[in-house]
Amino acid sequence: MKSRKQSKVVSYNKWGYIFLIPFIVVYIIFQMIPLVTTVINSFYENYRSGLTQIGPNFIGFKNYATILQNADLWTYAKNTLIMWVMGFVPQILVSLLLGAWFSNPSLRLKGQRFFKTVIYLPNLIMASAFAMLFFTLFSNSGPVNSILMQAGFISEPFKFLSNTWSARSLVAFMNFLMWFGNTTILLMAGMMGIDTSLFEAAEVDGATSTQVFFKITLPLLRPILVYVMITSLIGGLQMFDVPQILTNGTGDPMRSTMTLIMYLNKHLFSKNYGMAGALSVLLFIVTGILSMFVYKATNRNQE
Amino acid sequence: MKRKVLSTLLAATMLTGLLAGCGSSQEPAASNNEPAATTPAADTPAPAQTTPAADNAETQAAVDTAADEGKVLNVYCWNDEFYRRIRDHYPNYEVIDATHGTIGDVSVVWNITPNDDNAYQNNLDETLLRQADAATDDKIDLFLVEADYALKYVDTEFTMPVKDLGITDADLENQYQYTKDIVTDSNGVLKGVSWQGCPGVMFYSREVAKDVFGTDDPAEIQQYVKDWDTFNETAKTLKDKGYYVASSANDTYRVYSNNVTSKWVVDGKINIDENIMKWVEDSKALVDAGQIGTHDLWSDDWSRGFYPDGKVFSYFGPAWLVNFSMAADKEGSIGNLGGWAATEGPQGFFWGGTWICAAAGTDNASLVKDIMLQMTANEEIMKEIVVADDDFVNNKPAMNAMAEDTSYSSKILGGQNPLAMYCAGVEGLDLSNLSIYDQGCNEEFQNAMKNYFDGNTDLDGALDLFYKAVVEKYPELTY
Repeated sequence: MKSRKQSKVVSYNKWGYIFLIPFIVVYIIFQMIPLVTTVINSFYENYRSGLTQIGPNFIGFKNYATILQNADLWTYAKNTLIMWVMGFVPQILVSLLLGAWFSNPSLRLKGQRFFKTVIYLPNLIMASAFAMLFFTLFSNSGPVNSILMQAGFISEPFKFLSNTWSARSLVAFMNFLMWFGNTTILLMAGMMGIDTSLFEAAEVDGATSTQVFFKITLPLLRPILVYVMITSLIGGLQMFDVPQILTNGTGDPMRSTMTLIMYLNKHLFSKNYGMAGALSVLLFIVTGILSMFVYKATNRNQE
Repeated sequence: MKRKVLSTLLAATMLTGLLAGCGSSQEPAASNNEPAATTPAADTPAPAQTTPAADNAETQAAVDTAADEGKVLNVYCWNDEFYRRIRDHYPNYEVIDATHGTIGDVSVVWNITPNDDNAYQNNLDETLLRQADAATDDKIDLFLVEADYALKYVDTEFTMPVKDLGITDADLENQYQYTKDIVTDSNGVLKGVSWQGCPGVMFYSREVAKDVFGTDDPAEIQQYVKDWDTFNETAKTLKDKGYYVASSANDTYRVYSNNVTSKWVVDGKINIDENIMKWVEDSKALVDAGQIGTHDLWSDDWSRGFYPDGKVFSYFGPAWLVNFSMAADKEGSIGNLGGWAATEGPQGFFWGGTWICAAAGTDNASLVKDIMLQMTANEEIMKEIVVADDDFVNNKPAMNAMAEDTSYSSKILGGQNPLAMYCAGVEGLDLSNLSIYDQGCNEEFQNAMKNYFDGNTDLDGALDLFYKAVVEKYPELTY
């Protein structure tokens, strides 16, 4: 009897491994292999001119040198960060506000479910479709210009996509619209996880709702905030679809909306796996460092 | 024990689920064959009555030999233009749905990938590079290319010389020489054929012409646009009445770029021709004066001039533009009301054109040959195409005859017969300055200059942007 029980324990371990197989298989095929080949590719000269394949020839770190010596890389990194910050700041503020309202039982908001669904909806639209919609809305003869002209605000169509800051704002606004619902849901989950007795105690002590928010909710929400911040930062560094479709891949005006991944995509016209690989590896390292930095910084403050 | 069974079951379910994704990829190919199998073998009626007897016999022969050839003809193209030509004019073509049809007992599969973001070429490249290993029914048999990148495909082993298909020089003697120049590889071997010629003209709105110049007669309007200086003067007159001389600076681009005297790339170095710099100079002046827009071609803003509200005087293009792309089938458009007219414009030019190439390794060689001959060398079919589709076809005698035919007129052009104008333009086309880099260079040059025209940078900045973008596309080039 005893020995049978023991064998059962062992066999359950076995099941555990078996159930891990799908993840491992998917991970190896879709993550591990591409990751390794990307790194390998980055050391080769490997592109296609027309239908003629050039390379792969091993050239060491030459691709990295070419990319890092290119001053434009920093411009594209700056563009990416600017557009991310422009989208992220309003996103986190609005999400915090909505999250606080939704999770506050004393407000007794009506139709909560409805609004939660509605704010999440933009995320369900494909980014490319969303960008196409905005492209049409804000084109020179599009509806937004027509409305502004008819209302008398402007006399000539404003070229939204030919102006650095309006183009960047559009990208940021779209990212904000797409992601604030998602963030709200996450923050709300975090807020509802906070022990209600803390709120009650604060209320008994005569704290105002502003004080409750800043002294109780926000500090206790830190882990979730860190998570939101890191995922958003990684997502922001990989910003691609919205500006790509909105500017037709050109990053106009003057590549001021060109993000790092759009730049990477430019190399794929000639199937330049070497340069694209090197850029991906750099991006991978930067993402790793930034994530660690944010994580450490926010955790230390908590102590 | 029960638990063990349950966990085994669960694990089995999971594994089946995991593997279920594999294995069913052959199904679509199988269903492609179905139409061929169900089509009766006797489905080979005599081709259109208009076809001369000699061609008739040839069609018959093609269908006969097709019996021991592949049963699937794979056609790669980027829009439905060629599909519509085949559907409407190729004898024996039976429609099944928008991407499937049959010719005799061979089923035709249309693989249509739009041009956007280079998707068509990416798809074609990958499939061509795998051509040798593909199953015979999956091999590309026939694909289409445009002038901008024709050399990219023609100058490789992946395209079959038309001579190897059994097409002789005599078969093609009526075609315009320039259409052969474009698809002749560096060894002088002809590797494709085209059914259309693309000499461009200037299309202008009759209504605007009457309003501004008091006449819509092509010969008189030509005097207002006979060279670039006059054209730019005319732009001012039009602006005073509230019209744009053309929709976008990109419209006039090809007119300048086709009259270049040097190639985009000389000895691995990017080279900008004088005439292209003249385009920049002229266009910048027009844009600054608000006489022309900077929209991308094919964008909504650009297309607004297809309708009277767009206030656009002219578009530059070949026959297919006015026929196929300018909303002539939409009510209220200028083309629909027959409101366009054609005149030579400041300089002769061509735009685009579609060439039919046979892919090396095709298993339907005789059918491909027949399609090439019927669509590009059969005078009767080509005349049909002119009348039905307003196209300019690649057949000198047919075009010269139609040009003199007073009974032929284009509805979209308000009853004008523009063919003489096209015929004159096509003879003067000089395509000696094409290179395999044309597509990338032309696109990126216009993108970069848009920034200059919009005032986001100076000329040097825009040129810098152009060089950068071209080197990204063609890493082997320098500047």
